[in-house]
Amino acid sequence: MSEEEQKKSVAFGETTDLENGEKVETSEGNTAEGHSVAENGDAEASTFDPSAVKKKKKPKKEKESENGEEAPKENGDGEAFDPKLLKKKKSKKAKAEEGEVGAEGDGEFDPTKLTKKPKKTTKKKAAGDDDDFQKRLEELGLEDKKDEPAAPQTQEEFEAELAQGGGVWAQDNATPFKYSQLLKRFYINLYEDHPELSGDGRLKNYKIPPPQVAREGNKKSIFANLPEIAKKMKRNPEHIIQFIFAELGTNGSVDGAGRLVIKGRFQQKQLESVLRRYIVEYLTCGTCKSPNTTLMKENRLFFVNCNICGSRKSVSAIKTGFQAALGKRKKMQA
Amino acid sequence: MSLDNLKSFDPFAETDGGDDKKDYIHIRIQQRNGRKTLTTIQGLPKEIDPKRVLKFAKKEFATNGSIVEDTELGEIIQLQGDQRQKISDLMMNSMGIKKSNIKIHGF
Ligand SMILES: [Zn+2]
Repeated sequence: MSEEEQKKSVAFGETTDLENGEKVETSEGNTAEGHSVAENGDAEASTFDPSAVKKKKKPKKEKESENGEEAPKENGDGEAFDPKLLKKKKSKKAKAEEGEVGAEGDGEFDPTKLTKKPKKTTKKKAAGDDDDFQKRLEELGLEDKKDEPAAPQTQEEFEAELAQGGGVWAQDNATPFKYSQLLKRFYINLYEDHPELSGDGRLKNYKIPPPQVAREGNKKSIFANLPEIAKKMKRNPEHIIQFIFAELGTNGSVDGAGRLVIKGRFQQKQLESVLRRYIVEYLTCGTCKSPNTTLMKENRLFFVNCNICGSRKSVSAIKTGFQAALGKRKKMQA
Repeated sequence: MSLDNLKSFDPFAETDGGDDKKDYIHIRIQQRNGRKTLTTIQGLPKEIDPKRVLKFAKKEFATNGSIVEDTELGEIIQLQGDQRQKISDLMMNSMGIKKSNIKIHGF
């Protein structure tokens, strides 16, 4: 499985901890179960033999299973100790810091962050062109200093001015636009409207905002930013909801604001791991790992078509499978 | 003479997509009231006796469980608590089931 590669191409933004209190609570239950997994490993192998066909696989297999399935593991260890997790977080942070200098730090995906690097180069280049032009002007004995803004603008100032229509962009401003300004504006607009067109490698930093999960009452959880995430992934929210419900063996509803109300108590990291699996199965291209894909239904079959390399993979329809009738059980036990 | 054989393939049935042939063993988790959970195992191969698996798992994982007969999905093993990792380890280590045939669901 290419879980690792996967993580590189699709990352969740910095996680915002909505529920510090809650985490502690649920982890106690899980840690107890989680710990005994390893202990049991050997004992089982030596005694159980249901079919009398194959006996005792080597311990090597166990290793595989330990680091293979990511989702249950995260859950099983709870908050207790997981070096892998820590490492993951750290590297994420490091990546985040190098890429997003002026990040607001709220974990939200901000397209402007991603444009930073390439834009800087264009800025430099443009500035270089400008300088040449300036020199030539000076040689000709002409000066256009009066157009020059007093201090060199920072990227943020530039973007703010552009967004608000201030400075040179103001309706009543008569100073002519400079080529570098127009070029910068072009790149900003291009990235906002068609991120896939504005240069290569950009989508490597493709980020999905972390799910915002809150508890409603005692038995329900609210996944607040599902519409935003669905939009980012270019998927029908219904499809994602179907997957979430099937995976969690539960159901729920969508409220007026588009938030998903899920029956049961779920934490952010749990929904994140479900979303991760959704991404692997229904979002990323099987060939180039790009998340820029389209989900299509053809003759009752579902396909994921890649918008980058054109490859297509067939994916299974979401199936709920067996669901225990818990209500009935409760009554029967009582 | 019966025409039953004509029914064996329904071209209009919902299909599975790519992994049609694969008979996954699905291990799922469901939340019960409070923090309690329930693990279900669906799709055990025919040659494995679910009763024996249940008996063993109950003892080994120190939990309780039962077998539920589903009209479409066959016999389902239910175990109290989150036994997903343990049961999949058990299946891989001593039941000769490949990891690629096991699908663990849930968070
Ligand atoms: Zn592709």
